[in-house]
Amino acid sequence: MSEALVATQAPGTDTPVPGASGARSFWRRLRAQRAALVAAVVVALLVLVALFAPLLTALEGQDPTTYHPSLIDSARGGVPVGSFGGMSAHHWLGVEPQTGRDLFARLVYGARVSLGVALAATVVQVVIGITIGVASALGSRWVDQFLSRVTDIIVAMPLMIMSLALLAIVPSSFPRPVLVTLVIGLIAWGNIAKIVRAQTLTLKGLDYVSAARLSGWGTWRIARRELLPGLAAPVITYAALLVPINISVEAALSFLGVGVKPPTPSWGQMLTAADVWYQAAPQYLLFPAGALFVTVLALTVLGDGVRTALDPRAASRLRVGAGRRRGAGTGSGKGADA
Amino acid sequence: MSGFGGFVLRRGVGAVITLFAISVIIYVVFYATPGNVAQITCGPRCSPEQVHQVAQQLRLDDPLYLRYWHFLEGILVGRDYSTGTAVQHCSAPCLGLSYQSDQQVTELILAKLPVSLSLVLGAMVLWLVLGVGTGMLSAWRRGRLSERVLTGITLAGTATPVFVIGLVLMIVVCGELHLLPFPQYVAFTDDPEQWAWNLLLPWLSLALIEAATFARLTRASMLETLAEDHIRTFRAYGVGERSVIGRHALRGALAPVIALNANNFGSAVGGAVLTETLFGLPGIGQELVHAVAVVDLPVVVGMVLVIGFFVVIANAVADLLYAVADRRVVLA
Repeated sequence: MSEALVATQAPGTDTPVPGASGARSFWRRLRAQRAALVAAVVVALLVLVALFAPLLTALEGQDPTTYHPSLIDSARGGVPVGSFGGMSAHHWLGVEPQTGRDLFARLVYGARVSLGVALAATVVQVVIGITIGVASALGSRWVDQFLSRVTDIIVAMPLMIMSLALLAIVPSSFPRPVLVTLVIGLIAWGNIAKIVRAQTLTLKGLDYVSAARLSGWGTWRIARRELLPGLAAPVITYAALLVPINISVEAALSFLGVGVKPPTPSWGQMLTAADVWYQAAPQYLLFPAGALFVTVLALTVLGDGVRTALDPRAASRLRVGAGRRRGAGTGSGKGADA
Repeated sequence: MSGFGGFVLRRGVGAVITLFAISVIIYVVFYATPGNVAQITCGPRCSPEQVHQVAQQLRLDDPLYLRYWHFLEGILVGRDYSTGTAVQHCSAPCLGLSYQSDQQVTELILAKLPVSLSLVLGAMVLWLVLGVGTGMLSAWRRGRLSERVLTGITLAGTATPVFVIGLVLMIVVCGELHLLPFPQYVAFTDDPEQWAWNLLLPWLSLALIEAATFARLTRASMLETLAEDHIRTFRAYGVGERSVIGRHALRGALAPVIALNANNFGSAVGGAVLTETLFGLPGIGQELVHAVAVVDLPVVVGMVLVIGFFVVIANAVADLLYAVADRRVVLA
């Protein structure tokens, strides 16, 4: 019955279904936002840094794991020798207190871990979310009931706490970055599944899907050919918002000492001991903190931009003049300005 | 009204089922692990006989469902533990004994709870006041420079990890300016004034990040309310802008904010773990991090369950508040 209701609303549905032209107008709308554009450039640079980390450190002539005992003053508790934490032509950002490991190299390789873990975890979340969401929407009533309950339970589990706890039980021989990726990915797919389920239910009632069904297409083919393209917009929007969250969670776990462990560098982990050294080696605190801040900020702004570009109506709603009549409401007013 | 009562009942039953499911999942995930619990508990230098003894003491040879049953029994009616030489009674709600110290997990949690509650509740007051205030202000000053500045600050706030802002605050306020001593937890019952002074920085660290999220939501919700007809009517009647925003629009805009506050509880608890670790506050979060580090499974499972309990309750309350604010939800 609810499907019939959805079907009658179809012409006014909020969902842009992007085809080839949809993708083009998406880029146009994304480019139109100056902040999002700047953020996209920053993110692209960060990805390049992460990809070419070995090249950059080779350029500097250092690597992230070699100890340099000669560069730290053990008489003063392991403070880097020289001013600004040992910055020099050989060590562009100085060295780590106590170990003398090159800070630039660790920062650059840290970008690999941060971005790599966050992106891979997002992929895991999206894949599980789409699978569960679509199965829930297309399956029988019992399948839907069961999967929706499971999703509710997953959503109710606090990400930080659960990942922290889960990291306790896996043997330490397991590669930590992969482990952190899996833990974050396996816990936080609930909201994507919910969004996908709702969207699939809407799409299921649309004419072109009914047409495909009447033509005798199988469920799998319909899901792949007719539903997935319509799911792209909401999934991309939410995934874009998940990436910065995943970065923060990885950084937090590594900061707590249960995420990525030395000698593998990670920004969060670099900050664990930074407060002890801030006077002698302020750059040891500033660079990883700054890198985290810039990365999360750029990804958040980009995520907002992507949302605006994919759902211009939601964005313009916020910009509507105070005295003007509200166009598309959240419920009953849907499609009023279509 | 019966519809609403039914909704409350359904939501309550749902919360209980969710809690039960969470307890099963957590128990199975944690105790059916490939790692040898007895070996980990006993330490790397234990002989095979000692490991075997520990395994017997922990009843690790029992099938998993039986152990879960005893665990559940412990929570509901309490149970007895043999600690090798003596029998210790653990009254309900019993979450087991710590592998490391044989201390009862329930006691451990109760001892740490006041610290965490002080932190989270105090910070919550701050982030609601700061967040809603900033959101209202930026909705009011829309299109002006001050709004742009506020939007920029809140955006930066949402992008800053809580431990980074905590680190910076601690270094600047305590280390450089010496405005406050490095925080050290003082119980409220011992000295309320010292309690507040020492918690000020942890509160700020946690609250500033959360406030940013609330400011963004309040602003969006406020702008949407401001565009509604009844607000236009108030304006047409000559009600002052301050009163329109501060009273009439706020009332309409607050429902999603309240709902988010309850729904946001889980992430706030995660932030509290970081804040406690950073400032060395002896709360549940710090204990959890320690328990994870030494693989003290009963403590980890107990704490995750207690935190999950609070989160499920908070989510249920969020749904109820939302239903009170918007009765159409009940029909759905």
